[in-house]
Amino acid sequence: MSEGSGPVPFEQAVLPHLNAAYNLARWLTRNPHDAEDVVQEAYLRAVRYYGGFSGGDGKAWLLSIVRHTCFTWLRKNRPAELAPLDEEAASAVDGEADPADPETLALAARDRALLNRLIQALPPEFREVIVLRELEELSYREISAVTAVPVGTVMSRLARARARLRRAWLAARAGEGHHAA
Amino acid sequence: MRHDEVRALAGAYLDGEADPLARSELEAHLAGCADCRQAVDAARGLSAALRAEAEYFEAPDGLAARLAAAAAPAPPRRARPRQAWWRAPALAALALVAMLSGGIGYWAAVAVPRDGILGQVVDAHVRSLLAQHLTDVASSDQHTVKPWFNGRIDGAPPVRDLTVEGFPLVGGRLDYLDGRPVAALVYRHRQHPINLFVWPHRDGSAEPALATERRGYNIRHWQAGDLDYWLVSDLDMAELAQLEALLRRP
Repeated sequence: MSEGSGPVPFEQAVLPHLNAAYNLARWLTRNPHDAEDVVQEAYLRAVRYYGGFSGGDGKAWLLSIVRHTCFTWLRKNRPAELAPLDEEAASAVDGEADPADPETLALAARDRALLNRLIQALPPEFREVIVLRELEELSYREISAVTAVPVGTVMSRLARARARLRRAWLAARAGEGHHAA
Repeated sequence: MRHDEVRALAGAYLDGEADPLARSELEAHLAGCADCRQAVDAARGLSAALRAEAEYFEAPDGLAARLAAAAAPAPPRRARPRQAWWRAPALAALALVAMLSGGIGYWAAVAVPRDGILGQVVDAHVRSLLAQHLTDVASSDQHTVKPWFNGRIDGAPPVRDLTVEGFPLVGGRLDYLDGRPVAALVYRHRQHPINLFVWPHRDGSAEPALATERRGYNIRHWQAGDLDYWLVSDLDMAELAQLEALLRRP
């Protein structure tokens, strides 16, 4: 019997990435109801544009639509969250000595709620690169495709996001006082 | 490489994104600098903590179905709107009339082309997943599932639960394939849904037994007694073959 040929059916190219789409939308909109609305809207756009999708990375393509829909939604519903990032201030952050040692950061792994809160507290542009890199394990090139910024910007945003998380975590722990580990 | 350059590059280095020259310079620096080694370890620890503990939100149940419903074209009014009647409208409509007018079994229905049966079983499988409508009767009890088909199709399909063997019966569903209503029995194995389509063998359609793949789904087909069996799943072929063997056990 001959194998099926031709373009990958839409449900096969896109539906397997539904979790990735919802996860990104959930982290960016920060609540399940809005995340569902955004995913639905992004999905309808994806259906409409699928005629133009020539194959390749279905996940990155779908996530770029989800991401774009999220930011449109944020601009409309939570404009305060989108204060412009100062891309040039990277050097001040990256150069400083890292205050954390591996043991204290290992302890962070046990404080799941705090870690999730800190990620949520990041500005959306930092939050999304952390999600796409650490949770979706996309390459810098893929993240660049999803977020529509150059790879160099992805790299610096990731570095700054990680630095912020480290500092915020240490500050939170210091504020709580010393806990018995 | 200076300390501040190492710190700046640490993330990319750990992500495997540093170019080979930068990587070797960084590693040479780390060999002789304990402070920077500690910083790199801390960065590694943070990424590991994020990957392990940051929440990964999975799509809620039903979202896939809602998306499929939202994006699907409006179905024409008919008895079984889930089915792909629009693929062969005239023939399908005739078959519906034949079915509804009663007293007509499988054989008298319109001859639908046998080509594309592979595509049809895969489509039926995918549809059942997309609409999250795997079963009309959800039960692993064959004494519940088998009689459910009475009056819905000719005859009753052989139904067996294989939970003990690792293939629990999830339930049954009425589907429409090859021009007629057919029984779909749904099994699950390690989170993979499996559809087993069963229908009476049709004279003149001696389909050889086969095991193949279509659009990423594995398919197995055989005949036993006077019935045609079709298994479809994204489960790997070896395990699907296990299920076939279990189903064919006397």
